Amino acid sequence: MKEISLHILDLAQNSIRAGAKTVAIALCEDRQSDTFTVTIEDDGTGMSKELAAAVLSPFVTTRTTRKVGLGIPLFAAGCENCEGSFTLESTPGKGTKMVGTYRLSHIDRPPLGAIWDTIVLLIQANPLLRFCYTHTLDGQGYALDTSEVRTILGEVPLDTPEVTSFLTEFIRNNEQELREVPKP
Amino acid sequence: MKTLQELEAIRQKTLNELNLRKNREDGIRVVVGLATCGIAAGARPVMSAFVDEINKRQLNNVTVSQTGCIGLCRLEPIVEVYMPGKEKVTYCKVTPEQVGRIVAEHIVNGNPVVEHTIGSFE
Repeated sequence: MKEISLHILDLAQNSIRAGAKTVAIALCEDRQSDTFTVTIEDDGTGMSKELAAAVLSPFVTTRTTRKVGLGIPLFAAGCENCEGSFTLESTPGKGTKMVGTYRLSHIDRPPLGAIWDTIVLLIQANPLLRFCYTHTLDGQGYALDTSEVRTILGEVPLDTPEVTSFLTEFIRNNEQELREVPKP
Repeated sequence: MKTLQELEAIRQKTLNELNLRKNREDGIRVVVGLATCGIAAGARPVMSAFVDEINKRQLNNVTVSQTGCIGLCRLEPIVEVYMPGKEKVTYCKVTPEQVGRIVAEHIVNGNPVVEHTIGSFE
């Protein structure tokens, strides 16, 4: 994967397939501690202790089309290669929380990439789910909660073209402004 | 900073057109494989290109959705087109550049772009 945002798109599919109603994606960059933390949390079916421990292996998957599942192992390996870490907590019936950390300034850390495409495609294809996206840099940042969007829109669905193109611009704009936060 | 306030205006604007979009159920479906294999092969820009092209042409009877691994990872990005009353058409190794042609020739005019379908690869 060339971008962190592609990993996020990939891992969010796991949450969706686990029947999540809410998927929270949080990015936290901190230049002081030199970390880039990606948190993906859902309220899906969750996994048993055994499965949660096993999914780090690329030879464990729930799908039936092939015997390999690379989403989580790829992400975890990417984090660890950048002096980071990966943790996964899951409770059956409650949901799953994944936290991956990169060293922010590590030369091999992939760029975040087009996160606006990731988030908007997720919303567009799953307009009934709630997505909460937050991104902070040194404590400053912004959030997008689709339940807030839904309140404003009323009966207009979230996958309306005008809405998705607005949301793309919304995220792209805010990401750009975040890039301009001065160094501490 | 851009705020969500503008959505109110979008709501007012699109409310009138809502009825036009209601009969999507029997419309055309474009399904993009968005599992690890598809994403790594470049499915996200392909899906964005389909969404953009379909919005640009205001094809209200077409929906773009995602699916998991179809099982042919080496031919990703894979896109399936379902048209009512017709057999499913599977496109392989799709690039964003091909999307305009697939939408124009297949989705609008009903003629699949044979050279990009699975038959040309297998």
